[in-house]
Amino acid sequence: MNKIVSKEHFSANVVKLEIEAPLIARSRKAGHFVIVREGEHGERIPLTIADADVEKGTITLVIQAVGASSRKLCELNVGDYVTDVVGPLGQATHIEKVGTVVCAGGGVGVAPLLPIVKAFHAAGNKVIVVLAARTKDLIILEEQMRANSDEVVIMTDDGSYGTKGLVTEGVENVIKREPVNLCVTIGPAIMMKFVSALTKKYEIPTVASLNTIMVDGTGMCGACRVTVGGKTKFVCVDGPEFDAHQVNFDEMIMRLGAYKNVEK
Amino acid sequence: MTVEELIAARRAEPWREALRKGMKNKERSAIERVKMNELDPEYRSHTRLEEVNLGLTKEQAMMEAHRCLDCPNPTCMQGCPVGIHIPSFIKNIERGEFLEAAKILKETSALPAVCGRVCPQEKQCESKCVHLKMGKPAVAIGYLERFAADYERESGQVSVPTIAEKNGIKIAVVGSGPAGLSFAGDMVKRGYEVTVFEALHEIGGVLKYGIPEFRLPNRIVDVEIDGLRQMGVKFVKDCIVGKTLSYDDLHDEGFKGIFVASGAGLPNFMNIPGENLVGVMSSNEYLTRVNLMDAANPESDTPVLKGKRVAVIGGGNTAMDSVRTARRLGAERAMIVYRRSEEEMPARLEEVKHAKEEGVEFLTLHNPIEYLGDERGRVRQMRLQKMALGEPDASGRRRPVPVEGAIETVDVDEVIVSVGVSPNPLIPHAFKGLEISKKGTIIVGEADMRSALPDVYAGGDIVRGGATVILAMGDGRKAAAAMDEHLRNI
Repeated sequence: MNKIVSKEHFSANVVKLEIEAPLIARSRKAGHFVIVREGEHGERIPLTIADADVEKGTITLVIQAVGASSRKLCELNVGDYVTDVVGPLGQATHIEKVGTVVCAGGGVGVAPLLPIVKAFHAAGNKVIVVLAARTKDLIILEEQMRANSDEVVIMTDDGSYGTKGLVTEGVENVIKREPVNLCVTIGPAIMMKFVSALTKKYEIPTVASLNTIMVDGTGMCGACRVTVGGKTKFVCVDGPEFDAHQVNFDEMIMRLGAYKNVEK
Repeated sequence: MTVEELIAARRAEPWREALRKGMKNKERSAIERVKMNELDPEYRSHTRLEEVNLGLTKEQAMMEAHRCLDCPNPTCMQGCPVGIHIPSFIKNIERGEFLEAAKILKETSALPAVCGRVCPQEKQCESKCVHLKMGKPAVAIGYLERFAADYERESGQVSVPTIAEKNGIKIAVVGSGPAGLSFAGDMVKRGYEVTVFEALHEIGGVLKYGIPEFRLPNRIVDVEIDGLRQMGVKFVKDCIVGKTLSYDDLHDEGFKGIFVASGAGLPNFMNIPGENLVGVMSSNEYLTRVNLMDAANPESDTPVLKGKRVAVIGGGNTAMDSVRTARRLGAERAMIVYRRSEEEMPARLEEVKHAKEEGVEFLTLHNPIEYLGDERGRVRQMRLQKMALGEPDASGRRRPVPVEGAIETVDVDEVIVSVGVSPNPLIPHAFKGLEISKKGTIIVGEADMRSALPDVYAGGDIVRGGATVILAMGDGRKAAAAMDEHLRNI
């Protein structure tokens, strides 16, 4: 059982939980995720580790209430226990010094982007972060991103904060302005698809962190499979990060809808 | 005392001699083999949680026990991978000492109620029964094992096996499936401090996520696991060795021996067009949702697709479990699609018989070559290539060859791919210095189950590929004996 030691509301539907998990905190790296189950009838859902504190023995998860399971987690309070937390899972992000890195995040995808931003910055890269959301209130982790990067570009659909426009416009402005060596994108599948199409045009290597349906998260079932470069891969063990230009996003979006009619 | 001496001493006990004298072998052989009581096929094909096999009554069990001739050299025992003292437990049933029978089972088997249900006895103990030599059916050893274990559990007088004095040596087990549990039981009896690490949130491995309730109820598995807990085995859930804890971490925590029983949990796909359509999934995913996550229960947060026309690809026990589950979840048409003929099917005869009784269709000599979907990416049809049997292949089974031009299209809304599993690569990747075969299994010594790393032993599907529960348990026993021997001589 994993105790919740702090809770913060980022917005009406987005919550940050800091959870006791000393072994995971010690072994996790940027890009890793955990599988979480809440309640005896709970389902297993994947969540990226947004941060960890080895001394306190905690990991940080940022959760957006979108369905029954994420809502249950968001309703937990400090002192409550999460039934099961297992990890760290997946392959860690490949971090090296490449030059200039653009990190593009949308929605709750901004949270898993934070450890990657930190790691690329610590490795001596120039890191430019593009944060996108529908409206001002939904922009999260801006401060932490500023503290760990060289520049933060904010994009909102309605222009209520930063520049009005989509994440792709923000990324394109940077590309037109200066040479970019690598792009990392995390967010809704449709957003990653468009970021990927954009960077492909400019021939900039791009990494996407995929968030597919998962059950066990250890390679046992194949629920998370995607086609990458014409081959079937399991996101939970081969990923979650892949060469975005090789990912079949249309198939991924189709598979994400598998249980649309049964989700409450 | 050696095992042979123990067997002889037990056989020589006065009560047992008296039993042997009480009935002539001819009379014993003349008794008909017992038939297991079963739920009605029509009823059971719509009930997900009730066990199909109902077990033997006391009277049935005692009558069946009379059939055992109490051979001086019991060949049946050679057919049991964990070496259960078969005549000794059966003769206790014959005289009505059911709890005593259960105790004897637990001397060598950590999970008798499980094995009595899921072992392919016809290929193991029962295949070596002396009756077969005389053209009679074998003694129903599996049914009797199940009877004794069930009787003990239901009596509320579950015995805990004797445990040697604690020796303070810490042993880690990776994986809580049948191999890990069998190993843990044997080591804790020898006085070791055993901790079992499990990646999932439930203990039991395939016994929980794979084999369905109608064949092996989870509560029965839990009672046997509780037995191990009472013997002192510690279980740590949600902990993945190789991820949460490294090989070095285990050493830092003082573990002197590691038994890897991480199984073959990686599902194989066929890599044919349309296999990633919505509604096509591995049997591991389907069975995990239904068995481990209880997805068919409205209370559960985990969803599962309930197809009306379900095809299960494959002919093993996992395929039978999947197709019978699909039928129970409301499939009007539940089909087995298998590329060879029924004769070559690896599934147990009993499972095939049960599936047929429950209305499962068998499309043998058919092989899927493509799945077709609708505009929303959901599977709607499968294209099947008809096959014929050619010459025997490396496995000794006749090789299926396509019949030119014979392709059939069948409507489906769910496809479950059950064409085998591969070894889980996690430990082979995380433990540097292991020797790994081309197939991804850990290479170990045949006699001692020891790997290339001196403190690491392995057993079950991670060294065999996909095999059976009882072979995994046999490996656990062998590894425990070898590791104990090694640690005592350091």
